[in-house]
Amino acid sequence: MQEPTEVLATALAWLEAGRKVALATVVETCGSSPRPVGSNLVVAADGAFEGSVSGGCVEGAVVSAAQDVIASGESIMMDFAYTDADAWEVGLACGGSIQVFVERIE
Amino acid sequence: MKRELLGALVAAQHRKQPAVLVRGLTTGKHCVVTREESLGDLDDIDPVVVDAARAALDSDGARTIEAAGERYLVQTLASKPRMLIVGAVHIAQSLIPMAMQAGYEIILIDPRTAFANPERFPNIRIDNRWPHEAMSEFELDARTAIVALSHDPKIDEPALQAAMDSNVFYIGALGSRGNHAKRLERLAALGYSKAQLSRVHGPIGLSLGGRSPAEIAVAILAQVIQSRHQPTSG
Repeated sequence: MQEPTEVLATALAWLEAGRKVALATVVETCGSSPRPVGSNLVVAADGAFEGSVSGGCVEGAVVSAAQDVIASGESIMMDFAYTDADAWEVGLACGGSIQVFVERIE
Repeated sequence: MKRELLGALVAAQHRKQPAVLVRGLTTGKHCVVTREESLGDLDDIDPVVVDAARAALDSDGARTIEAAGERYLVQTLASKPRMLIVGAVHIAQSLIPMAMQAGYEIILIDPRTAFANPERFPNIRIDNRWPHEAMSEFELDARTAIVALSHDPKIDEPALQAAMDSNVFYIGALGSRGNHAKRLERLAALGYSKAQLSRVHGPIGLSLGGRSPAEIAVAILAQVIQSRHQPTSG
Protein backbone atom coordinates (compact mmCIF):
# COMPACT_ATOMS: atom_id res chain seq x y z
CA MET A 1 0.00 0.00 0.00
CA GLN A 2 1.45 3.36 -0.98
CA GLU A 3 1.57 6.22 1.49
CA PRO A 4 0.32 9.66 0.35
CA THR A 5 3.87 10.94 -0.19
CA GLU A 6 4.58 8.11 -2.64
CA VAL A 7 1.31 8.64 -4.47
CA LEU A 8 2.14 12.34 -4.88
CA ALA A 9 5.59 11.44 -6.22
CA THR A 10 3.88 9.15 -8.74
CA ALA A 11 1.51 11.98 -9.73
CA LEU A 12 4.47 14.29 -10.38
CA ALA A 13 6.35 11.61 -12.35
CA TRP A 14 3.29 11.02 -14.54
CA LEU A 15 2.91 14.77 -15.17
CA GLU A 16 6.57 15.03 -16.09
CA ALA A 17 6.06 12.17 -18.53
CA GLY A 18 3.38 14.28 -20.22
CA ARG A 19 0.34 12.46 -18.85
CA LYS A 20 -2.72 14.32 -17.56
CA VAL A 21 -3.57 13.37 -13.99
CA ALA A 22 -6.20 13.82 -11.31
CA LEU A 23 -5.78 13.29 -7.60
CA ALA A 24 -8.48 11.78 -5.38
CA THR A 25 -8.22 12.36 -1.63
CA VAL A 26 -10.28 11.03 1.27
CA VAL A 27 -11.53 14.13 3.14
CA GLU A 28 -13.96 12.53 5.58
CA THR A 29 -14.61 9.07 6.97
CA CYS A 30 -17.34 7.74 9.19
CA GLY A 31 -17.61 4.31 10.77
CA SER A 32 -15.35 1.46 9.75
CA SER A 33 -13.71 2.86 6.64
CA PRO A 34 -10.45 1.19 5.71
CA ARG A 35 -8.32 4.17 4.66
CA PRO A 36 -7.82 7.32 6.76
CA VAL A 37 -8.47 10.95 5.81
CA GLY A 38 -5.67 12.11 3.52
CA SER A 39 -5.36 8.82 1.64
CA ASN A 40 -4.69 9.45 -2.04
CA LEU A 41 -5.34 7.85 -5.39
CA VAL A 42 -3.71 9.26 -8.50
CA VAL A 43 -5.43 8.64 -11.82
CA ALA A 44 -4.18 9.18 -15.38
CA ALA A 45 -6.37 10.04 -18.36
CA ASP A 46 -6.06 6.46 -19.66
CA GLY A 47 -7.43 5.06 -16.38
CA ALA A 48 -4.10 3.94 -14.88
CA PHE A 49 -4.08 4.48 -11.11
CA GLU A 50 -1.88 4.12 -8.00
CA GLY A 51 -2.79 4.36 -4.32
CA SER A 52 -6.18 3.86 -2.69
CA VAL A 53 -9.09 5.65 -1.06
CA SER A 54 -10.85 2.52 0.23
CA GLY A 55 -10.19 -1.17 0.48
CA GLY A 56 -10.92 -1.45 -3.23
CA CYS A 57 -14.69 -0.98 -2.97
CA VAL A 58 -15.02 2.41 -4.65
CA GLU A 59 -11.79 2.78 -6.62
CA GLY A 60 -13.52 1.81 -9.87
CA ALA A 61 -16.07 4.63 -9.54
CA VAL A 62 -13.42 7.13 -8.45
CA VAL A 63 -11.13 6.29 -11.37
CA SER A 64 -14.00 6.71 -13.79
CA ALA A 65 -15.05 10.07 -12.24
CA ALA A 66 -11.41 11.20 -12.18
CA GLN A 67 -11.18 10.67 -15.93
CA ASP A 68 -14.16 13.05 -16.31
CA VAL A 69 -12.43 15.55 -13.99
CA ILE A 70 -9.30 15.37 -16.16
CA ALA A 71 -11.44 16.17 -19.19
CA SER A 72 -13.50 18.98 -17.59
CA GLY A 73 -11.05 20.51 -15.12
CA GLU A 74 -13.89 20.83 -12.57
CA SER A 75 -13.15 19.42 -9.10
CA ILE A 76 -15.86 17.22 -7.60
CA MET A 77 -16.81 15.79 -4.22
CA MET A 78 -17.98 12.18 -4.15
CA ASP A 79 -19.93 10.60 -1.28
CA PHE A 80 -19.97 6.87 -0.73
CA ALA A 81 -22.08 5.23 1.93
CA TYR A 82 -22.76 1.72 3.06
CA THR A 83 -24.66 -0.44 0.64
CA ASP A 84 -25.77 -4.02 1.00
CA ALA A 85 -22.81 -6.15 -0.06
CA ASP A 86 -25.17 -8.23 -2.20
CA ALA A 87 -26.44 -5.25 -4.16
CA TRP A 88 -24.93 -4.60 -7.56
CA GLU A 89 -23.98 -1.06 -6.65
CA VAL A 90 -20.81 0.79 -5.89
CA GLY A 91 -20.55 1.08 -2.14
CA LEU A 92 -18.68 0.16 0.97
CA ALA A 93 -19.35 -3.31 2.31
CA CYS A 94 -17.48 -2.41 5.50
CA GLY A 95 -20.38 -0.36 6.87
CA GLY A 96 -18.63 3.01 6.83
CA SER A 97 -18.97 6.05 4.65
CA ILE A 98 -16.35 8.21 2.99
CA GLN A 99 -16.15 11.49 1.15
CA VAL A 100 -13.59 11.80 -1.65
CA PHE A 101 -12.39 15.04 -3.28
CA VAL A 102 -11.25 14.66 -6.89
CA GLU A 103 -9.21 17.41 -8.57
CA ARG A 104 -7.17 17.82 -11.71
CA ILE A 105 -3.51 18.75 -11.37
CA GLU A 106 -3.08 21.86 -13.52
CA MET B 1 -4.08 21.83 -7.59
CA LYS B 2 -1.22 23.46 -9.43
CA ARG B 3 1.71 21.36 -10.49
CA GLU B 4 4.24 23.68 -8.77
CA LEU B 5 2.62 22.89 -5.40
CA LEU B 6 2.84 19.18 -6.09
CA GLY B 7 6.50 19.77 -7.00
CA ALA B 8 7.08 21.57 -3.69
CA LEU B 9 5.52 18.67 -1.76
CA VAL B 10 7.69 16.09 -3.51
CA ALA B 11 10.81 18.28 -3.11
CA ALA B 12 10.17 18.54 0.65
CA GLN B 13 9.85 14.78 0.75
CA HIS B 14 13.25 14.43 -0.96
CA ARG B 15 14.77 16.80 1.61
CA LYS B 16 13.16 14.58 4.30
CA GLN B 17 11.25 17.62 5.57
CA PRO B 18 7.56 17.63 6.47
CA ALA B 19 5.13 19.66 4.37
CA VAL B 20 1.49 20.57 4.87
CA LEU B 21 -0.96 20.81 1.99
CA VAL B 22 -4.10 22.92 2.45
CA ARG B 23 -7.05 22.48 0.09
CA GLY B 24 -10.14 24.66 0.02
CA LEU B 25 -12.80 22.08 -0.78
CA THR B 26 -15.28 24.43 -2.49
CA THR B 27 -13.06 27.27 -3.70
CA GLY B 28 -10.34 24.95 -5.04
CA LYS B 29 -7.65 27.20 -3.49
CA HIS B 30 -4.46 25.48 -2.34
CA CYS B 31 -1.34 26.29 -0.41
CA VAL B 32 1.73 24.41 0.78
CA VAL B 33 3.56 25.21 4.00
CA THR B 34 7.02 23.91 4.86
CA ARG B 35 9.50 25.02 7.55
CA GLU B 36 11.25 27.19 4.96
CA GLU B 37 8.43 28.67 2.91
CA SER B 38 4.72 29.06 2.20
CA LEU B 39 3.42 29.12 -1.34
CA GLY B 40 0.22 28.94 -3.33
CA ASP B 41 -3.03 30.90 -3.00
CA LEU B 42 -2.05 32.48 0.31
CA ASP B 43 -4.09 35.64 -0.34
CA ASP B 44 -7.27 33.60 -0.75
CA ILE B 45 -6.94 31.37 2.30
CA ASP B 46 -7.95 32.51 5.78
CA PRO B 47 -4.77 33.24 7.83
CA VAL B 48 -6.18 31.09 10.65
CA VAL B 49 -5.95 28.12 8.32
CA VAL B 50 -2.37 28.93 7.28
CA ASP B 51 -1.44 29.12 10.97
CA ALA B 52 -3.12 25.75 11.56
CA ALA B 53 -1.07 24.37 8.67
CA ARG B 54 2.16 25.63 10.26
CA ALA B 55 1.20 23.98 13.54
CA ALA B 56 0.43 20.74 11.65
CA LEU B 57 4.08 20.47 10.48
CA ASP B 58 4.82 18.72 13.78
CA SER B 59 2.01 16.19 13.52
CA ASP B 60 0.88 13.36 11.27
CA GLY B 61 -2.26 12.69 9.27
CA ALA B 62 -4.98 14.97 7.94
CA ARG B 63 -8.13 16.72 9.15
CA THR B 64 -10.73 19.15 7.88
CA ILE B 65 -11.21 22.56 9.47
CA GLU B 66 -13.73 25.30 8.74
CA ALA B 67 -12.96 28.99 8.53
CA ALA B 68 -14.87 31.93 7.04
CA GLY B 69 -17.49 29.66 5.51
CA GLU B 70 -15.03 27.40 3.67
CA ARG B 71 -14.07 23.83 4.51
CA TYR B 72 -10.36 23.01 4.23
CA LEU B 73 -8.46 19.75 4.27
CA VAL B 74 -5.17 20.25 6.11
CA GLN B 75 -2.89 17.33 5.33
CA THR B 76 0.57 16.70 6.77
CA LEU B 77 2.98 14.85 4.52
CA ALA B 78 5.55 13.78 7.06
CA SER B 79 9.01 12.46 6.29
CA LYS B 80 9.34 8.68 6.32
CA PRO B 81 10.00 6.96 9.62
CA ARG B 82 13.56 5.66 9.73
CA MET B 83 15.04 2.31 10.69
CA LEU B 84 18.72 2.07 11.59
CA ILE B 85 19.78 -1.54 11.28
CA VAL B 86 23.03 -2.48 12.97
CA GLY B 87 24.51 -5.71 11.63
CA ALA B 88 24.41 -6.66 7.95
CA VAL B 89 23.38 -10.24 8.68
CA HIS B 90 21.07 -12.70 6.96
CA ILE B 91 18.00 -11.45 8.89
CA ALA B 92 18.77 -7.91 7.69
CA GLN B 93 18.55 -9.13 4.10
CA SER B 94 14.96 -10.22 4.77
CA LEU B 95 14.03 -7.31 7.03
CA ILE B 96 15.16 -4.50 4.72
CA PRO B 97 12.78 -5.10 1.79
CA MET B 98 9.87 -5.71 4.19
CA ALA B 99 10.57 -2.52 6.14
CA MET B 100 10.89 -0.54 2.91
CA GLN B 101 7.48 -1.87 1.82
CA ALA B 102 6.10 -0.66 5.15
CA GLY B 103 7.41 2.84 4.36
CA TYR B 104 10.66 3.00 6.33
CA GLU B 105 13.82 4.71 5.19
CA ILE B 106 16.66 2.26 5.88
CA ILE B 107 20.23 2.89 6.98
CA LEU B 108 22.43 -0.16 7.44
CA ILE B 109 25.37 0.18 9.81
CA ASP B 110 28.17 -2.41 10.04
CA PRO B 111 31.93 -1.82 10.07
CA ARG B 112 32.51 -5.28 8.55
CA THR B 113 32.68 -4.57 4.83
CA ALA B 114 32.52 -8.30 4.09
CA PHE B 115 28.97 -8.18 5.50
CA ALA B 116 27.83 -4.66 4.65
CA ASN B 117 28.52 -4.09 0.98
CA PRO B 118 26.42 -3.10 -2.03
CA GLU B 119 26.61 -6.60 -3.48
CA ARG B 120 24.80 -8.13 -0.50
CA PHE B 121 22.64 -5.02 0.07
CA PRO B 122 21.93 -3.24 -3.21
CA ASN B 123 20.22 0.16 -3.39
CA ILE B 124 20.30 1.08 0.26
CA ARG B 125 22.39 3.46 2.32
CA ILE B 126 25.29 1.60 3.97
CA ASP B 127 27.49 3.12 6.65
CA ASN B 128 30.72 1.18 7.34
CA ARG B 129 31.76 3.18 10.37
CA TRP B 130 31.55 1.80 13.89
CA PRO B 131 28.07 2.38 15.31
CA HIS B 132 29.07 4.99 17.93
CA GLU B 133 30.55 7.10 15.12
CA ALA B 134 27.89 6.43 12.52
CA MET B 135 25.00 7.05 14.88
CA SER B 136 26.30 10.43 16.04
CA GLU B 137 25.50 11.66 12.54
CA PHE B 138 21.78 10.81 12.58
CA GLU B 139 19.11 12.60 14.52
CA LEU B 140 17.84 9.81 16.76
CA ASP B 141 14.32 11.18 17.08
CA ALA B 142 10.84 9.86 17.84
CA ARG B 143 10.43 8.76 14.21
CA THR B 144 13.47 6.47 14.36
CA ALA B 145 13.72 2.75 15.21
CA ILE B 146 16.99 1.03 16.07
CA VAL B 147 17.37 -2.67 15.39
CA ALA B 148 20.62 -4.33 16.51
CA LEU B 149 21.22 -7.64 14.75
CA SER B 150 25.00 -8.19 14.65
CA HIS B 151 24.98 -10.46 17.71
CA ASP B 152 28.42 -9.02 18.49
CA PRO B 153 28.51 -6.96 21.71
CA LYS B 154 31.22 -4.63 20.45
CA ILE B 155 29.03 -3.67 17.47
CA ASP B 156 25.54 -3.86 19.00
CA GLU B 157 26.14 -2.36 22.43
CA PRO B 158 27.50 1.06 21.40
CA ALA B 159 24.42 1.31 19.17
CA LEU B 160 22.12 0.38 22.06
CA GLN B 161 23.82 2.99 24.26
CA ALA B 162 23.24 5.71 21.66
CA ALA B 163 19.64 4.50 21.34
CA MET B 164 18.97 4.58 25.09
CA ASP B 165 20.48 8.09 25.29
CA SER B 166 17.94 9.25 22.69
CA ASN B 167 14.24 9.59 22.06
CA VAL B 168 13.85 6.80 19.44
CA PHE B 169 10.48 5.02 19.46
CA TYR B 170 11.87 1.50 19.22
CA ILE B 171 15.01 -0.31 20.35
CA GLY B 172 15.46 -4.03 19.73
CA ALA B 173 18.40 -6.41 19.99
CA LEU B 174 18.81 -9.90 18.62
CA GLY B 175 19.90 -12.57 21.06
CA SER B 176 18.59 -15.34 23.27
CA ARG B 177 17.04 -14.69 26.66
CA GLY B 178 20.34 -15.63 28.35
CA ASN B 179 22.45 -13.44 26.10
CA HIS B 180 20.04 -10.57 26.52
CA ALA B 181 20.24 -10.83 30.33
CA LYS B 182 24.06 -10.69 30.16
CA ARG B 183 23.88 -7.75 27.77
CA LEU B 184 21.62 -5.84 30.16
CA GLU B 185 24.05 -6.54 33.01
CA ARG B 186 26.94 -5.09 31.00
CA LEU B 187 24.89 -2.00 30.10
CA ALA B 188 23.71 -1.59 33.71
CA ALA B 189 27.36 -1.62 34.79
CA LEU B 190 27.88 1.39 32.50
CA GLY B 191 25.25 3.27 34.49
CA TYR B 192 22.06 2.69 32.52
CA SER B 193 18.94 2.63 34.67
CA LYS B 194 16.29 -0.09 34.75
CA ALA B 195 13.88 2.27 32.99
CA GLN B 196 16.35 2.89 30.18
CA LEU B 197 17.20 -0.82 29.84
CA SER B 198 13.51 -1.75 29.74
CA ARG B 199 13.25 0.15 26.44
CA VAL B 200 15.37 -2.52 24.74
CA HIS B 201 13.20 -5.28 23.27
CA GLY B 202 15.03 -8.58 23.72
CA PRO B 203 14.75 -11.24 22.54
CA ILE B 204 13.77 -9.07 19.59
CA GLY B 205 10.41 -9.30 17.82
CA LEU B 206 6.89 -10.43 18.63
CA SER B 207 6.69 -14.04 19.71
CA LEU B 208 5.48 -15.71 16.50
CA GLY B 209 7.50 -18.93 16.80
CA GLY B 210 9.21 -18.61 13.41
CA ARG B 211 12.86 -19.57 13.00
CA SER B 212 13.88 -18.65 9.46
CA PRO B 213 15.45 -15.24 8.76
CA ALA B 214 12.30 -14.09 6.93
CA GLU B 215 10.02 -15.26 9.75
CA ILE B 216 12.18 -13.46 12.33
CA ALA B 217 12.15 -10.36 10.12
CA VAL B 218 8.32 -10.41 10.15
CA ALA B 219 8.35 -10.68 13.96
CA ILE B 220 10.75 -7.71 14.23
CA LEU B 221 8.86 -5.51 11.78
CA ALA B 222 5.56 -6.38 13.51
CA GLN B 223 7.01 -5.25 16.85
CA VAL B 224 8.36 -2.02 15.33
CA ILE B 225 4.93 -1.27 13.84
CA GLN B 226 3.23 -2.02 17.16
CA SER B 227 5.63 0.27 19.03
CA ARG B 228 4.95 3.08 16.57
CA HIS B 229 1.18 2.88 16.60
CA GLN B 230 0.37 1.36 20.01
CA PRO B 231 3.30 2.42 22.16
CA THR B 232 1.68 1.19 25.38
CA SER B 233 0.92 -2.36 24.23
CA GLY B 234 4.54 -3.50 23.70
